[in-house]
Amino acid sequence: MAEKKTLRQEFTKGLIAENPVLRLVLGTCPTLATSTSMVNAIGMGISVTIVLLCSNIVISLLRKVIPSKVRIPAYIVVIASFVTIVQLLIKAFIPALDEALGVFLPLIVVNCILLGRAEAFAGKNSVIASAADGLGMGIGFTAAVFCMATIREFFGNGTLFTGADSLLGLFGITSFTGIEIFSRLPESLNIEPILIFILAPGGFFTFGLLMAVANRLAEKKGKKKADLRGCESCPMAAACALKGGCETEIKEEVAAQ
Amino acid sequence: MSNELLTASVSPHVRTRDTSRSIMLDVIIALIPSLIASVVIFGFRALAVTASAVASCVLFEWLSRKAMKRHNTIGDLSAVVTGIILGFNLPSTMPIWMVVLGSLIAIVVVKQMFGGIGQNFVNPALLARIVLMVSFPKAMLSSWAEPFAWRSETPDALTSATPLAVLKTGEGTMPSLFNMLFVKAGSLGEVCAVALIIGGIYLVIRKVISPIIPLCYVGTVAVIMLVFGLVKGEGNALVFMLNEILAGGLLLGAIFMATDYTTSPTSPSGKVIFAIGCGLITSLIRLFGNMNEGVSFSIIIMNILVPHIDNLTAPLPFGATKEKKSKKGEEEAAK
Repeated sequence: MAEKKTLRQEFTKGLIAENPVLRLVLGTCPTLATSTSMVNAIGMGISVTIVLLCSNIVISLLRKVIPSKVRIPAYIVVIASFVTIVQLLIKAFIPALDEALGVFLPLIVVNCILLGRAEAFAGKNSVIASAADGLGMGIGFTAAVFCMATIREFFGNGTLFTGADSLLGLFGITSFTGIEIFSRLPESLNIEPILIFILAPGGFFTFGLLMAVANRLAEKKGKKKADLRGCESCPMAAACALKGGCETEIKEEVAAQ
Repeated sequence: MSNELLTASVSPHVRTRDTSRSIMLDVIIALIPSLIASVVIFGFRALAVTASAVASCVLFEWLSRKAMKRHNTIGDLSAVVTGIILGFNLPSTMPIWMVVLGSLIAIVVVKQMFGGIGQNFVNPALLARIVLMVSFPKAMLSSWAEPFAWRSETPDALTSATPLAVLKTGEGTMPSLFNMLFVKAGSLGEVCAVALIIGGIYLVIRKVISPIIPLCYVGTVAVIMLVFGLVKGEGNALVFMLNEILAGGLLLGAIFMATDYTTSPTSPSGKVIFAIGCGLITSLIRLFGNMNEGVSFSIIIMNILVPHIDNLTAPLPFGATKEKKSKKGEEEAAK
């Protein structure tokens, strides 16, 4: 974190250049699991964004109070509180979404995007910057999952926005339940959904393709490569007990000597 | 600019006329008997499936090379071979758009995205077959046309169980051994065992493939099936073994797919390990798995292991002695 970025940069870096899913490769598990339908993706994306925004703000506020030795448990308590709030709200108002997301909603607690941002950003930066970072990363996550879900649902199920009434029901709209596409095609074409897109392997195919696109976009902008090294952005950082002891860090130390 | 003429490799320098193109041409020639057999058995629908697979494979190869701004490689004919083998892996009733989708997966996703010919980590046609099988179970696994049904008046109505399904479920009648050799239900390339064996012998004589992989692969399956047949003690174990060898894609896989240069080990001992692994996984899936056929999965799994097999069986240069393992371990421990 050498040079200081403007607020706008803190916000926009999460969209493509440091997109948490496609560039930092954080939160892969919920990404693959909840991108089977567009409605699930939107629901998951919004939940993560809200939790990320709130937890970033609170952790940034508390950053001088939390002793560094117990910071991870402290972060988890903060994150878990917000996840509980969001989960109870969703259970009360959009029960269908709660059912569809299942265990992945409470699992936001251990989502490495949240812990990663708390560790890499909110624990060291001011409240406003952390809020911008959280919002940008949340929207980046939502966009990535939404893109993946669009591709997977379209090819794998032949529909778009199926089950949209569960989300729109909040605003009193229940007539729109998604767009059927493949089943409307003439039968003589013999077109049927490509099942593998809904299954795990198809998720990985789509994930890889989108990562390639994101890399291309990030490089095209002509900006220098995002700093992806170090424990802060490592997907294993949250689980890794040997902070400063992992391979890349050791190599850097050797090189420095 | 190419500096091909300026690069010298380490001696010995062996001159050969073999090129990717000549080898691929030999493979195509070896596949022709099976193509003729499939057209005789399934009619022109078989030709349509194979032709569309070949055409779309070549088209996708050309397009993806163009899009990636690399030199054109359709002249080496490898896309044609991939196309024929992909077509041979599909049932004759397959809708054409699914065949084209399979070519897209084989050429663009598996081959060109990993760097083109020589760089694919698994057999393109086989992975495409598996993707199609997972995506369209109905079209891929349960609509086998009955042999010679195209000559009857209601060709679409006649479907048949493959010998493997009969072996697995015990429902339906098993074709006689003679029919198993020449005509049975299945995907395009696997229906005529004799045509496949002729192609295999041609490739071995032309030294395009070494016979190690096909023989060890089929041999492993034969031994396991014979032992299983004897232990189970139902009927004639020898007939059971021959049925298992001739049924399904075993011969097609062993002769034309497991021997792919890019995705098989280079040393003879590596080839043996590779082929025995293929045979073992195939037999286990056939005997104890959910699916009827295990050839494609077994070859793909062993394809992924090939770099490790190659490391394990790297040949020693002449005059070199093998490092002792214990010494190496001590050195590392000392560090």
